[in-house]
Amino acid sequence: MKPSTAAATLAALLQEIRPEHDFTASRDFIGEGLLDSFDMITLVATLDKAYGISITGVDIVPEHFRNLDSIAALLRKYTVAP
Amino acid sequence: MNFVFRDKRISGLLAVVPANEGNFLDEMQNFNFPKNRSLKLKEVMGYDKHRLVESGVCVSDLAVFGLRQLIDRRLLDPADIDALILVTQSPDLLMPPTSSIIQGRLGLKHDMFCLDINQGCAGYVVGLLQAFLLLEQPAVRKVVLVNADVLSRKTSPKDRNSFPLIGDAASISVIERAGDDSVIHANLKMDGTRCEALMIPAGGMRLPSTSATAVLEDVGDGNLRAKDHLRMDGSAVFNFVQTEVPPMIESLLGAAGTPIAAVDWFLFHQPNRFMLQKLADKMQIDHLKMPSNVVEHFGNSSGVTIPMAIAFNLSPRILTERFRVCLAGFGVGLTWGSMLLSLGAMNFCELIDYPNSAEP
Repeated sequence: MKPSTAAATLAALLQEIRPEHDFTASRDFIGEGLLDSFDMITLVATLDKAYGISITGVDIVPEHFRNLDSIAALLRKYTVAP
Repeated sequence: MNFVFRDKRISGLLAVVPANEGNFLDEMQNFNFPKNRSLKLKEVMGYDKHRLVESGVCVSDLAVFGLRQLIDRRLLDPADIDALILVTQSPDLLMPPTSSIIQGRLGLKHDMFCLDINQGCAGYVVGLLQAFLLLEQPAVRKVVLVNADVLSRKTSPKDRNSFPLIGDAASISVIERAGDDSVIHANLKMDGTRCEALMIPAGGMRLPSTSATAVLEDVGDGNLRAKDHLRMDGSAVFNFVQTEVPPMIESLLGAAGTPIAAVDWFLFHQPNRFMLQKLADKMQIDHLKMPSNVVEHFGNSSGVTIPMAIAFNLSPRILTERFRVCLAGFGVGLTWGSMLLSLGAMNFCELIDYPNSAEP
């Protein structure tokens, strides 16, 4: 199934951080080892810059970075859409 | 726990850093990670340079070097030192106390109080609290507070989670009565149930160091570490800081009746640039008011990063000007504490190098 435009945008950002992984094929980036805690921080810095937001520190927890849907939901909390 | 003190001041501050400098770009090859991932982390976290003691250099060496400088330059009269507080997690020996070693090496008077405190990243706030409490005694007129750590010696060079940011340093703060009605507000909290978030598992009585505890183990994420080494649960520490620090600062400023805008500088412990900037954003503090440049130039030297932030960012202005500052430390214990005070008109405030062994 072709990913949505929003998911494709996020997947592209993620692949800049970990080019060796296909982020559209996983539902659990953390559990399957696609992202570690330092990658999460790099991703937050990337999202902050890309969308002009500052994701709050208490939101930087694994459940918000588990898959493309959860990252998109986090961004919606900051009233931006990927 | 809230504290209020009157008639206390920091009258002088000297930071001592090893001249020996490590560079993240050179050290990247030690880590089992692709270069581009490490470079991204360098940008986000502020990994760059860090000061590391040479083999064999101990906390008392840095402290004695700095104190001798002050004594030789007549900035501190040793006869005036009524108390010597050392805050460290990396003492020279398990016993005796390293503060006693420093006292002995400097030949300080017997009629004084020496005390070691095992604290880390909140150690500057904890040390100041102890100094202020001692100054409540009429017999105590001048307290020397030494914050010092050489934790690079307990950090695995193959642990990307810890080694790139670790730094060694010492600071010497002279604390005395202010001679005015200035008020200092402080608060401190501790949670020992989370003590394993930052620890060195081996080397104490519970698990003495042996050849087995020195063996490097694969601890995941490509990192190698021994039980003799510093272990940090980065995610737990990050969440602890982001959850506990903003309400602590709000409570401190509320108790003092001081709005954020009335604070000139927020001088916080500096674990890494990302963590500090997230704190600043959460509390809506201008990044320029919360310097995060110590870690990139010197590394994270636990309790020394706050005095280093003062010396690196406010000297020499702090010799003639006066600032309203908010200090905050957070880390091992877990411990988190903050303090609102006036800083300025210091007798000295500078940062010096501890020379390499090959230097004269």
